[in-house]
Amino acid sequence: MDLPRIWDLVQVFAPLSLVSFGGGQSVFSEMQRQMVDVHHWMSNAEYVDLFAISRAAPGPGTLIAALLGWKLAGWAGAIASILALYVPSSVLAYAAGLWWRHHRGSPMLTIVQNALMPVAVGLIFAGALSLIEASHAGWLQLLTTAITCLVVVRRLMSPYLLMLIAALLYGVLGAAGGLSPGG
Amino acid sequence: MRQPSLAALFSVFFRLGCTSFGGGLTGWIQREVVEKHAWMTAEEFYAGVALCQVLPGGNNVNLCLYIGLQLRGTPGLITTGFGMLAPPFVIIVLMGIAYSHGAGPVWLTTALAGLAACGVGIMLETGVKAVRRLSGAGPILVAAATFAAIGVLHWPLVPVVAVVVPASLALSWVQSRRRA
Repeated sequence: MDLPRIWDLVQVFAPLSLVSFGGGQSVFSEMQRQMVDVHHWMSNAEYVDLFAISRAAPGPGTLIAALLGWKLAGWAGAIASILALYVPSSVLAYAAGLWWRHHRGSPMLTIVQNALMPVAVGLIFAGALSLIEASHAGWLQLLTTAITCLVVVRRLMSPYLLMLIAALLYGVLGAAGGLSPGG
Repeated sequence: MRQPSLAALFSVFFRLGCTSFGGGLTGWIQREVVEKHAWMTAEEFYAGVALCQVLPGGNNVNLCLYIGLQLRGTPGLITTGFGMLAPPFVIIVLMGIAYSHGAGPVWLTTALAGLAACGVGIMLETGVKAVRRLSGAGPILVAAATFAAIGVLHWPLVPVVAVVVPASLALSWVQSRRRA
């Protein structure tokens, strides 16, 4: 186990945990800068490859930290990196959540809840738009997104069945050369 | 609202962690927690979404911790957090290992792009369902302004929220006075 390297990783990710306002995407560019420019741990092309893998994997996008940690220091690096990125922010979320739970059902919290609802709506649409932009979606992806939304809102079909169909269709198109990867 | 067992929480969040390809995790969580199992009201869920975005940290990581904590306290938080994060943690490193032996075939990459496009659709559904719950011009204006500032104009989140949330709070307070 490369302990000094693992300690370096913790020192990179732990501060990012507490400045990642608005979600993980706000710190992706800083991660890239730290990995490539500041510490020279990998080339820019290597970072971009790992970023692409993290986009394809399930789970939250911030798990890219696990991949970066693994690349530099194996499984121990992956575990240390993800703990460094998640623990500080989670302790804060825990404290906020405890306060919230304590006031659950109070008239004041009901007002706060109703006030946060429209803000959440705006943030959800903004998040969806940034996912579309990040994936450089073409017309086929946009159509797939629209159809999925329609199907689930109207309950026309199980979303899992729809995803299976989409994966097959895109896979066949990709194999036939009708679709460029990531395009 | 029914209180879920820790085993039920674990099984739902474990499955979400394994299957949420290409983002849109918020949408999947909403489907399970609000629609399918009715563990939370829509108001509680969407308040959690906004709260979790304002706090530092990954939005969906915070959201799964929030849900676990609200439903079953500290053991619930540990259950949802571990359930949702452990499987994709293992999967992503295995994918990294596989990739280091050579990039995958093109069809796999494009199939994953298809899944990602579906994921965005699920996320949009969560937004559409919430829009239907907004009553009156005020909340709709708040939602539109938030979307325009962050989604379209790419303004930083913290100052936008610092303006939008107090405005929305004032609206919500006035509405509650009117109802009383």
